[in-house]
Amino acid sequence: MAGFIIRRLLWMLPLLLGVSIICFAMLKRAPGDPVAAMLAESRSTGQNLTLADRERLRHQLGLDRPAYLQYVDWLGQVAHGNLGMSTRMNQPVADVIMQRLPNTMKLAGVALVLTLVIALPLGVLSAIRQYSLLDYFLTTFNFIGISIPQFWLGLMLLYFFGVTLGWFPVRGMSSPYVEPGFWNQAKDTVLHYALPVASITLVSLAGYTRYQRAAMLEVIRQDYIRTARAKGLRERAVILGHAWRNSLIPIITLLGYVLVILVEGSIVVENIFSWPGMGQLAAQSLSQRDYPVVMAIVLLSATLILVGTLISDILYAIVDPRVRYD
Amino acid sequence: MTAEAQSAPLSSRDLTATKRAQRPLALTWRRFCRHRLALASAVFLVLLVAVAVLAPWITPYDPNATDLNLARFGRPAAPSLSHPMGSDQLGRDWLSRLIAGSRVSLVVGFLATGVAIVAGTLLGAIAGYAGRWVDTAIMRVCDLMLAFPPLLFLMGALTGIRSPTVGIIALVIAVIGWMNVARLVRAEFLTLRTREFTIAARAVGASTPSIIFRHLLPNAVGPIIVAATLGIPAAILTESTLSFLGFGIQPPTASWGNMLQGSFNYMRDYRAWWMGFYPGLLISLTVLAFNFLGDGLRDALDPYAHR
Repeated sequence: MAGFIIRRLLWMLPLLLGVSIICFAMLKRAPGDPVAAMLAESRSTGQNLTLADRERLRHQLGLDRPAYLQYVDWLGQVAHGNLGMSTRMNQPVADVIMQRLPNTMKLAGVALVLTLVIALPLGVLSAIRQYSLLDYFLTTFNFIGISIPQFWLGLMLLYFFGVTLGWFPVRGMSSPYVEPGFWNQAKDTVLHYALPVASITLVSLAGYTRYQRAAMLEVIRQDYIRTARAKGLRERAVILGHAWRNSLIPIITLLGYVLVILVEGSIVVENIFSWPGMGQLAAQSLSQRDYPVVMAIVLLSATLILVGTLISDILYAIVDPRVRYD
Repeated sequence: MTAEAQSAPLSSRDLTATKRAQRPLALTWRRFCRHRLALASAVFLVLLVAVAVLAPWITPYDPNATDLNLARFGRPAAPSLSHPMGSDQLGRDWLSRLIAGSRVSLVVGFLATGVAIVAGTLLGAIAGYAGRWVDTAIMRVCDLMLAFPPLLFLMGALTGIRSPTVGIIALVIAVIGWMNVARLVRAEFLTLRTREFTIAARAVGASTPSIIFRHLLPNAVGPIIVAATLGIPAAILTESTLSFLGFGIQPPTASWGNMLQGSFNYMRDYRAWWMGFYPGLLISLTVLAFNFLGDGLRDALDPYAHR
C-alpha cells in the first residue's frame, strides 16, 4: 500500500509537468498576448500605449524571448515556489488566487454539504422502499437531474426567482450596502448564496442519490443482511448499522473526486451569477491572456485532480478491506 | 411430463421457434423492448435526427433572417401564432433557430463521440492486449489527459479561434473524451486475453491485428456501445456549455448553447423567458433521451450488471 501511494505521488510530478507544457503551448498558440490585452484596455481609457511602450512591456515580461525559454523561465520560477506576477493586476499570482479561492470553496462547500445531507437519506429511503411511489418519483427526478445542463438550471432559477419574483439578488456574494447588524448581514448572505447553491445542489443531488440508491440496493441483497435480520435485530439497526455503512463505500470514493469538481464546475455558475471566484478568474485571465494566472490555475486544478483521485483510491482501500493494491 | 407430451414428437415449427428465440441478438432486442422508457427515448431520438436532417426544408423561417419589424427596437417578440417560440432581439424566429441548432448540436455530439470511441477503442485494445511497456505508456498518456481540467482545456484550445467549425469543436471534445473508452476497452481486453479462445487463436498462428479485431473486439462491443450512447449526451452538454461561455459555435450560426448565451440580458430586461427556456429544454430532453436509451441498452446487453 505504501509503495502504491509513493508511486502515485512520484508520478504526479511528470504528469503535472506534461500538463503545464500542454497548457503553455495552448496559450502560446492563441493569438494575442498580455500586452495586446493591455493595449485594448488602455485604448478604452483614452490613453494609448505607444509602440515603444509596448515593446518595453514585452521585453519586461520576457515575451520577446523564444517560447520554450519563456516556459523554462516559468518552470524555474515555480520550482522556487514563485508563481509569478499577474500581468492584469500587477499582484503576485498567489495573492490573486488566494483572494478568489475562498469564495469558490465557500460556494462549493455549502453545495456539497447540502447535497450530501439531502441525497444520502433520500437514496437510502428510495432503496429500502423500492418500487414505491417515492422511489419512482426520486428515480425520475434523478434522471432529470443528470440530464439538465447546470447552466440552464442556473439561468432559469435566476430568471424565475431573481428577476420575475425578485426574491433573490442576481449577482455577487453580497450587496454593496447592507444594514449593519448580524441578522441583516446573515440574511443578505443567505439570499445571495441561495440561487447559486441551489443550481449546483439540484444537479449534484441527482448523481449522489442515484449512487446511494444503487449501492444500498446491492448491499441489502447480501447474505449478511439476511443474517442480521435472522438474528432478530430491529430493521432500523439492520439498515443503519449494517447496510448503510457498507453502502457508503462508493460514496466515499466519490468524495475524492469532489476536489476535481470544485474549480471546474464553478466556471459556469460563477459566470451566470457574477460570483467572484476561481472560475470567473480563470475565464477573465484567459481572455486577457494573463499567462501566469492561467498557468497557476491549471496547475492547481490538475494537482487537485491528481490528489483527489489518489485520496479516492486510498479511501477505497481503507474502507473496503477486501481491496488490496499491489 | 405426461405420457402424451412425451410421445408427441416436436414439430419442425417448434424447433425453429426455439432456435429463433435463442439467437443472442433477438434476446437482446427483446430485453431492450421491455424498457418502455428506453423505447420511447429511441423513438424521440429518431424523430430528432429526422428533424435535424430535414432542417433546411422544415424551418418555417430562415434561421438567420432578421426581422426588425418583429423585434421593434431590439425587443424580442413573444411567442405568437406565427412565431410559436417567439423571436430574439433581431427578430430571428426562435423555432427555426432551434431546428437549425439541433443539426449543429447533434452533429457535434455524434462526431465527437465517434472520434473518441474509435481512438479510445484502438488505444485501449492495444494497451489491453500488448501489455508491458506499451500498456504503461498508453495509460500514462491517459492519466496525463485525465489530469487536465477538461473545461479549461477546451477553453484554452478554442480561445482566440474566431469562428470554430463543427469539426474543430468535435475534435477537441474527443481529445478529452477518449480516455474513458480506452480504460473500458483495456479492462475488457485484459480479461478477454486470458480466455481459451484467445490462446487457441494464438496457437493456430493468427496475427495480432487479426486477434484484436476479429476475435477480441466483437466480445468487447457491449460496453463500447453503452459508452457511445452515454458519451453522445455528454458531448452535447459539453458543446452547449462551451457555446454558452462563448468558445464554441459563434452566432449567427445557431447552436442550442449559443442561443442561451446572449439570452440572459434580454430575459432580464424584456422578460423574454422563451429565449432561455426553449434551447435548454431541448438540450435537457435530448440528453434525457440518450440517458434512458443508454440505460436500456446497458440492461439489454448485460442484464446481470448492477441495477
